[in-house]
Amino acid sequence: MTEAAAREERILGIIETARSKRARFRDAHITMSHGAGGKATQSLIEGLLLPAFENEALAALGDAGTVAVNGTRLAMTTDSFVVRPIRFPGGSIGELAVNGTVNDLAVAGARPLALSLSLVLEEGLPADELRAEVEAAARAAEAAEVQVVTGDTKVVERGHADRMYACTSGIGVLDPRANLSTTALEPGDRVLVSGPIGEHGTAIMLARDEFELEAEIESDTRPLWPAVDALLAEAGPALRCMRDATRGGVASALNELARASGVAVLVDEAAVPVKPVVAGAAELLGIDPMYVANEGRLVAFVAPESADAALAALRSAPGCEEAAEIGEVKTEPPGMVLVDTAFGGRRVMDLLAGDPLPRIC
Amino acid sequence: MRFVDEFRDAELGRVLSGEILSLVEPGRHYKVMEVCGGHTHSIYKYGIDDLLPADVELVHGPGCPVCVIPMGRVDDGIAIAKTEGVIFTCFGDMMRVPGSEGSLLDAKAQGADVRMVYSPLDALRIAKRNPDRDVVFFAIGFETTAPSTALTLKRARAEGVPNFFCMCNHVTIVPPLRALLDSPDLRLDGFIGPGHVSTVVGARPFEFIPADYGRPVVISGFEPLDVLHSIQMIMRQLIEGRCQVENQYKRVVPYEGNLRALEVMAEVFELRPHFEWRGLGFISQSALKLSDAYSELDAERRYEVPGVRVADPKACQCGEVLKGVIKPWECKVFGTACTPERPIGTCMVSPEGACAAYYNYGRYARDREVV
Repeated sequence: MTEAAAREERILGIIETARSKRARFRDAHITMSHGAGGKATQSLIEGLLLPAFENEALAALGDAGTVAVNGTRLAMTTDSFVVRPIRFPGGSIGELAVNGTVNDLAVAGARPLALSLSLVLEEGLPADELRAEVEAAARAAEAAEVQVVTGDTKVVERGHADRMYACTSGIGVLDPRANLSTTALEPGDRVLVSGPIGEHGTAIMLARDEFELEAEIESDTRPLWPAVDALLAEAGPALRCMRDATRGGVASALNELARASGVAVLVDEAAVPVKPVVAGAAELLGIDPMYVANEGRLVAFVAPESADAALAALRSAPGCEEAAEIGEVKTEPPGMVLVDTAFGGRRVMDLLAGDPLPRIC
Repeated sequence: MRFVDEFRDAELGRVLSGEILSLVEPGRHYKVMEVCGGHTHSIYKYGIDDLLPADVELVHGPGCPVCVIPMGRVDDGIAIAKTEGVIFTCFGDMMRVPGSEGSLLDAKAQGADVRMVYSPLDALRIAKRNPDRDVVFFAIGFETTAPSTALTLKRARAEGVPNFFCMCNHVTIVPPLRALLDSPDLRLDGFIGPGHVSTVVGARPFEFIPADYGRPVVISGFEPLDVLHSIQMIMRQLIEGRCQVENQYKRVVPYEGNLRALEVMAEVFELRPHFEWRGLGFISQSALKLSDAYSELDAERRYEVPGVRVADPKACQCGEVLKGVIKPWECKVFGTACTPERPIGTCMVSPEGACAAYYNYGRYARDREVV
């Protein structure tokens, strides 16, 4: 190795050491970056929220926390929905509010039992719009076989909310077949994704009409429990961990888990399923589909000997017919996600600093 | 994706990679500068470096529009954005560039109405929808984006939109290249020419590089095969002892450029006597401002701005990075004090900036095994 290369490696080592430490929250005010699921979000969670509520269940940073009640292990999660516009191709806020929470439970290995639903409504919201969203939530709950057992309503003055926000919390009983942990990834594990990625985020971006792009892209919002059920039946304890690849996309989910388990993840870019219409829109906007939000796609880590069977099981679940194996867990460099590009090079796939910002030329 | 996937064919990439290797003279080390930030981004995003022989080194150049904006201009923009009643519009990555007291994103969080747009026409549309507000577009970019700003200004005038203004930060590519070539710090063997700029200015403005400085230039497209092909063409010139401007990006770039675009630019803009570039200092006749004929649309004339020159942060070595004198990781603050989430220098902000591209994509040593 040349002297320069050795120096480069040493500097990169210093950077990785710094990055592996718990992020600090040092910002003077909240910016939109803190909501984007990238590093700013990480600093908010690790630097402000974790230290304030220090406990083991929270520290695992799973999609749901687990608590034991008289020997029964329960999973609990909560999520807020502020999507604009509230209706978009393939779904709407009411349906999303149910599926999002159901899916956070599912990927924690818990069959969803019951939900709460809180609504924050803006003065002047047409009653028909609200009715449509409540009905959409009810249909989604029925499809996911979960009951909404409690709720709350608040109304704020016009201009103090954007039409409506929904917040759902959910509990579920951990499936006895599941032995999942964000720290369980082992070198050799295979990475599965439950189908083509980036559809929800792309559908929302186009529905905002800011780009004057027209494409037939629908949100992928769907309940993931059937997919999880199939995976658990086939792979059981060989299933190490799952993640609902929502905000920040598949890339962020992989980064969070690589960091939690102290392993590397190597992604084969050519194996990642992306529909041509999503790839085309992302190309035009200068955005990588790996960072685009999904609302019905999970990432699963499976021990190598069970990977093929798990993939076959996943593909048998509705909406997951195009599930694929996209990568492998490695030992070095810990905490990092690398990608072998379809063109034959290799690079880092990091968390984004904030929102994916479009290129200018 | 048709017309895109063809230029990302891994098999052809390996063929070109082999040809480049065969053109390397044993014992010689080659330094090739990609002028444009778009190329820097492609090189890292596709891992093109991995397909090059160890003795062909890519040096990142000054062609990143966000990177060259000095702090003082950001401060001026923020001052306008904070003016009562103003809607301030800019391209996305400009919002994170630090001024002396925070970025436009920070100003937005503090209450300024700052909005991201994809094109100057979006800003004009916002102006038409908000007739009781002033809408200011913060224009940045080389000759690539200047024509669209010029056309938007023409349209604003034609449609009589009285509340649309432009803060012009457009720059031109040739003066910084000349400054670079005059600088003694850097020994380069050739240039990957800026493809998008050339769609407007053509290939002719780069003739001075082989003529006056004896270095080959190949104007290149942005897909990975384009970049590899351009490097192969440069290597071929070197081994054959030729030195000229060649056009790899013929499918888009005409030799004479886009005459209509140049005409519109000449009508709407005029050269500034000098303009400060981040890290490079003042360069004569290197930037555009609105011509007198369009002065009523000029945000710099409408608003009182501080207009103060702010020195670059001491620790920041963006200038050396922009000139290709040092690699991003050689900067004293790279990756520690200066990161994409907390940038000190502009090169760490834009996805086209060399530091951000290296940090986000390249940050693992080439020789390091993934095991």
